[in-house]
Amino acid sequence: MPMFLPRFTIDQPSTLGEASRLLREYGEDGCVYAGGTELLLAMKKGGLRYGHLVDIKTVPGLDAVAQQDGAVRIGALATHMALERSSLVRSKLPIFAQVEARVANPRVRASGTLGGNLCFGEPHSDPATLLLCLEPTLRVTGADGSREVPLPVFMVGPYEVALEPGELLESVTVPLLGAHQRAAYRKFQLHEYPMLGLALVLDLDQRGAVTTSARVAIGSVSPTPRRSEAAEALLVGERGAVRGRLDEAANALADDADLLDDHEGSAEYKRHLIGVFLKQAFEEATADTSAASGGRGS
Amino acid sequence: MNGVAVEQEIEPQESLASFLRERLRLTGTKVSCDVQVCGACTVLVDGLPVSACTYLAYEARDRDVLTVEGLAPSDGELHPLQRAFLEDNAYQCGFCTSGMLLTAKSLLDTNPTATEEEIVEYMDGNLCRCTGYRPIVAAIKRVQGELA
Repeated sequence: MPMFLPRFTIDQPSTLGEASRLLREYGEDGCVYAGGTELLLAMKKGGLRYGHLVDIKTVPGLDAVAQQDGAVRIGALATHMALERSSLVRSKLPIFAQVEARVANPRVRASGTLGGNLCFGEPHSDPATLLLCLEPTLRVTGADGSREVPLPVFMVGPYEVALEPGELLESVTVPLLGAHQRAAYRKFQLHEYPMLGLALVLDLDQRGAVTTSARVAIGSVSPTPRRSEAAEALLVGERGAVRGRLDEAANALADDADLLDDHEGSAEYKRHLIGVFLKQAFEEATADTSAASGGRGS
Repeated sequence: MNGVAVEQEIEPQESLASFLRERLRLTGTKVSCDVQVCGACTVLVDGLPVSACTYLAYEARDRDVLTVEGLAPSDGELHPLQRAFLEDNAYQCGFCTSGMLLTAKSLLDTNPTATEEEIVEYMDGNLCRCTGYRPIVAAIKRVQGELA
């Protein structure tokens, strides 16, 4: 028996300011509409109900991807597929292109946007998990102007983000990885959403033998994707020593994540997988350190 | 729509799948899971695959939509993918076939030399409960061979 969407209207603003005004006017009865892959599904299932969708795809330029001072600025409406195929992203942030290429399925990637993914606050988000380690800046625009928000502040909780009424995510600016940084991403997925994602970014010394700083995040297993300071501290040091601490680091990561028992697996199983993935990611990230190939990822 | 301009009034909440099936009577597009997981309803919009069940007809305005009805170049002549699916028995009940064909087309249009691993990964979002997938992958590889 087919499910039907309830009735709604669609507005077509031509500027972000107009979109923001409409959203404030509609209040609880209005919602931003971008790719629709999460929103329409939730509305169809009856979980969300809005009388008015504000289609921001009619605002020109919001899907632009451009290089900007050692970073790539990604318009909120860039689709996963556009990012997967972008020559700029592929050459400057290959790890990000690789993760985008494995989001959900090609149909979701063709319509779903990075901004929508982040704004929906879906805990099972590979892009959000990786971005936690890439430390982007989010530009948020509302009726009173724009502000910049770091991703951890933006992600408040499951399906909850730090947007005020009438505010919209405009762009995500992702710093490029330097010549001595390495990144890797691992995920486990049986159905449409990942069951576990693990992102690792290491800063290495000139010789590539010592980690001078580390960022590690896991997603899909906790209320929001998370980093762990305790795990990151254990990943700093000479390679052999760090290798000996990987189990300890994986446990710290799992401890800080509030692992959930759910239909995807038990917390114990997820803890085990975190250990496996951290080792794989570490070996991959440190595998080519003799070559000077900056920012190469899995 | 399959190369022909169509002008119709639609409701904002109308899905592309119901627009195709009920207004245009193009029933080759099948709806199965209805939650964009199974891929049976896959059609191409400007060459990219979408789940017509959860995609608004509104989004197809001023764009090129290709459904299975538009795949064959003419009456009596099949698209190479359709021929290959026949030759490899890449279908049984046929319910997933329209979506399989269009997903495969979108893959070969952008990555004609896709490896078997890439084919499997790309087709992963289209479910078939009859064939066990191997003939589907074989059919896609057959078309690659013909194109090469």
